[in-house]
Amino acid sequence: MTRILRLIWVGWKFHVKSLTLSGFFILTSVLQPIIFASLAYLMFRIGAREGTLLYVALGAGMMGIWSSTLFGSGGAIQWQRWQGTLEYCIAVPPPFLLVVLPLTLATSTIGLYSLTATLLWGKLFFDVPLDVAHPVAFVVALPVTVIGLGLLGLILASTFIMYRNANALSNLLEYPVWLVTGLLVSLSLLPGWVGPISWVLAPTWGVSALREAAIAGNPWPEIGMCLALGAVYLVIGHFALQQFERLARERATLSLT
Amino acid sequence: MISLRIFAIGGLMSYRALFYWLTFWIFVPGLVVAPVFQILLFAYIGRSAQLQSDEFYVVGNAIQYAAIPALFAMSQLVAGEKFQNTLGAILVSPAPRLPLFFGRAVPVVANSVFVAAFALTAGSLILGIDIPASSIPALGLVIVVAATSCTGLGLINAALGLRIRENAVLSNAIFGFLLIFTGANIPLSELPEWMQAVSNVIPFTHSIEAARELADGQSLSSVIDLVGAELLIASVYLAAGFLLLRFFEAQGRRHATLERS
Repeated sequence: MTRILRLIWVGWKFHVKSLTLSGFFILTSVLQPIIFASLAYLMFRIGAREGTLLYVALGAGMMGIWSSTLFGSGGAIQWQRWQGTLEYCIAVPPPFLLVVLPLTLATSTIGLYSLTATLLWGKLFFDVPLDVAHPVAFVVALPVTVIGLGLLGLILASTFIMYRNANALSNLLEYPVWLVTGLLVSLSLLPGWVGPISWVLAPTWGVSALREAAIAGNPWPEIGMCLALGAVYLVIGHFALQQFERLARERATLSLT
Repeated sequence: MISLRIFAIGGLMSYRALFYWLTFWIFVPGLVVAPVFQILLFAYIGRSAQLQSDEFYVVGNAIQYAAIPALFAMSQLVAGEKFQNTLGAILVSPAPRLPLFFGRAVPVVANSVFVAAFALTAGSLILGIDIPASSIPALGLVIVVAATSCTGLGLINAALGLRIRENAVLSNAIFGFLLIFTGANIPLSELPEWMQAVSNVIPFTHSIEAARELADGQSLSSVIDLVGAELLIASVYLAAGFLLLRFFEAQGRRHATLERS
């Protein structure tokens, strides 16, 4: 168990450092959420029904966490292929799952740049109050949300690889997930059939947990849901990765680009 | 005659080469589905904030999304050639630059027009927006002018690709800038004065305003001043983009940085 945790820890640190050195990744992680946060702040400030700006800021920051997970994890295995390291990742003694998991966790962790950027941007230019009602719960909700999304990233990584143009699939899923997980729009405004879709997506519970913790509510049920969904994602991701590895070995397509 | 050949055949070949990697499976998610969801996202935020009608967001975002093909495809004018190591071969050729660059811009305009028109149609159908049939030809014209205008901005973006490495980041930044400043999602009158001043000199602002009036049933003659202003902006941006390309080309030759990637 200690060896597994150590492997995840070391891999996570390595990938966080590596992704932090990517100007493209960091700039996109920071710029895009700031743009959407600014739009949302302005729309809610001008509109007839002014929303709580901290509510908007957390939603916009979460958009960034989703984007970095989606693009980072969605292309994770493809990157390894392009760099010629996929064969090594599979050939090493630890299970492939333990090699990919730190990477997908790192992509969602990088999303914290987005959350930090939108909160600071909101504070500096839109007077967003950064008073958190339940600081302890918030500090718990944040890593749980990141882990939930990172584990969702594991499914993305293991399934997108079946699709040659993973980036295009990422483009396809960015806006819809922003919408159906209620990051900026209350779920009650969306058609009823959207509800069940949102329930199986970790960002729904993650942003709800952060908001409940920040704006005097009870975040613990949402934190629990995020963890439970994470466990389900881990099981699905494990089997999807096994399937990918088996097919890739059978068909000798590991280095196929 | 040679200029005409470079303009038409060179532009067509370049565009076909673009589709070598921009396959159907990349085109549909990025340029057909994504704009529809952008419209839905902002329409629902608008409903949530009780700011504007659905029509406001459908028209604004449909036209603004033409920026994606205009900015990214034009940036490939330089970045793609750099990546393929063919930029030097093109720039060393004696081909006149005006038809060379503008020939490559025309198919981009056509693509942008398709993306905006499709998004407008799909967004209207999904959210139940009723656009008068009599306004459709004029709306088509406005979309063409808007796409041309943003392609001018795309040409500037392409020129900057001769100097900077992260062209994709720049394209994303410009796209976000347009999302805020063109009035696609926020009424211009509600923006601070300095932002309104910027809005007046960038692509899309006037065409979005004209398209909204046309969607409300106004005639083309009533928005002709807005269309004229957008055409003027298109001319200025296209000219600026061309001059910037020539300038950075000369700089690249002088400092031997053309192939830097």
